[in-house]
Amino acid sequence: MAAMAMRLPVARKPVRQSAAPGGEKHLVAPGDIITTDTGYMRGHGTYVGEEKLIASVAGAVERVNKLVYVKALKTRYNGEVGDIVVGRITEVQQKRWKVETNSRLDSVLLLSSMNLPGGELRRRSAEDELAMRDYLQEGDLISAEVQSVFSDGAVSLHTRSLKYGKLGQGVLVQVSPSLVKRQKTHFHDLPCGASVILGNNGFIWIYPTPEQKDEEAGGFTTNLEPVPLSDREVISRLRNCIVALVTQKMMLFDTSILYCYEASLPHQIKDILKPEVMEEIVLETRQRLLDLEG
Amino acid sequence: MASVVLSEAEKLYIVHGVQEDLRVDGRGCEDYRCAEVETDVVSNTSGSARVKLGHTDILVGVKAEMGTPKLEKPDEGYLEFFVDCSANATPEFEGRGGEELGTEIANTLYRIFSSESCVDLKSLCINPREHCWVLYVDVLLLECGGNLFDAISIAVKAALFNTRIPKVRVLEDEEGSKEIELSDDPYDCIRLNVDEVPCIVTLSKIGYRHVVDATLQEEACSLASLLISVTSKGALTCMKKVGKGSLDPESIFEMMETGKRVGKSLHTSLQKILDEEESLGTTRQKVGFLG
Repeated sequence: MAAMAMRLPVARKPVRQSAAPGGEKHLVAPGDIITTDTGYMRGHGTYVGEEKLIASVAGAVERVNKLVYVKALKTRYNGEVGDIVVGRITEVQQKRWKVETNSRLDSVLLLSSMNLPGGELRRRSAEDELAMRDYLQEGDLISAEVQSVFSDGAVSLHTRSLKYGKLGQGVLVQVSPSLVKRQKTHFHDLPCGASVILGNNGFIWIYPTPEQKDEEAGGFTTNLEPVPLSDREVISRLRNCIVALVTQKMMLFDTSILYCYEASLPHQIKDILKPEVMEEIVLETRQRLLDLEG
Repeated sequence: MASVVLSEAEKLYIVHGVQEDLRVDGRGCEDYRCAEVETDVVSNTSGSARVKLGHTDILVGVKAEMGTPKLEKPDEGYLEFFVDCSANATPEFEGRGGEELGTEIANTLYRIFSSESCVDLKSLCINPREHCWVLYVDVLLLECGGNLFDAISIAVKAALFNTRIPKVRVLEDEEGSKEIELSDDPYDCIRLNVDEVPCIVTLSKIGYRHVVDATLQEEACSLASLLISVTSKGALTCMKKVGKGSLDPESIFEMMETGKRVGKSLHTSLQKILDEEESLGTTRQKVGFLG
């Protein structure tokens, strides 16, 4: 039952700008003149040339009082305190781990800013430092919160809550950070039977909803039991839906993902990635989201 | 080669998924990702093709140049392969980083095309012992997303299908000096018969099973894989094992059978799409690199 679908590439259709609530967005390409008015302050993604404010990246122009900046569609992650991120350990160093979080510089997770097995009020000893690789090793995925941002933009993380910690079995999808909508919570147990962590850095982790939530070991024991097929189907479908939403540049949050999941149900999981199916289900999702807003 | 680091739990998830015939992106073990094929994308080549297979992006250009035949085969033209691993694909290829992989791929292509029946090399001969066409096949890796070999072989076949070599005639005057005359009509050209050109099918062993068209993540979970080249009739022409792991003889046979089956359907769909593109002719809107 080998299947192979080949097609000719189709030129991307010019997208009609849907009238977003709050009016049309001012979109610019690199080199576009944003304003000739000199009364504005130069923000990120802009530069001044010949007394004009010019965009240096492609994206939407945003204004905060006198400050003008361009929010890029495709960007690396710029950390902000309190963000939830998903990252991958790249290096184990003295008292710290280096974490890849899609930012310009590697993030750090200090040994002192994580919960160790055995309770919160535990003194960190020299043995802990020696056993760091037993807790987290290269390649491991973690969820964490941004504790502070250094002056050079590098991010320091912490996992001092039972919500955060090492991630077990599941699937990682990497998207542009600007497509993740900021919300109160980024941990969602979706009613379709799986959970997602929408990292602010564009790393999205899809995993089977854990049965019991009391993590006594502080999230250091990973469940290595095989995931049942029914859960896998949901996870694969969610993954493909997220990929579909991202290709069509839709914002990711729990409702959009769920609507897209429901729209995809008539199709087979592997068919979701076909361009015409992607377009169809994202259109349906977009329509439902508009209806929701009223 | 470009590779990703995965945690143990992620690997386990992929391996269990393969055993249940449901891969991370919903495919079964014998399914390819959706591929996009376009030919005639580079105007200053004799033939070119671009293939996108998931995140893998390959550009192949074929350039026909006149040269002298090789001594041992005076009445045949020949093919030259060169693979360029662009640092656009992954920063690891920067400088000389991609050279090793490039040579490996080029050598594999030489081996596959070494068979007599593959391309009719006699048709590339202009003048025995003196002139023949040399086809320089240049492969450019634009993006690596797993399963490089299959994508490259598809692109090479598509580019050879697209290749048009101008017709030349050899004129001989009384004194015996020869002159080569090029036809005035730019559409007067010969084309290659690519029916017998094989494609590579890579089968990666993951856990107890094998998968075709592995993604980068799946490649990280596989210890050994088998490259086999299959013709459109399902004949196996070449085989190579890659990776540091070992393979059981029994599973090699299983993989060969799967490879032949998958290879046949690969050829059918490739030929179908090439014919479709050809039938559209000049009415087709070219997408190229802006799509």
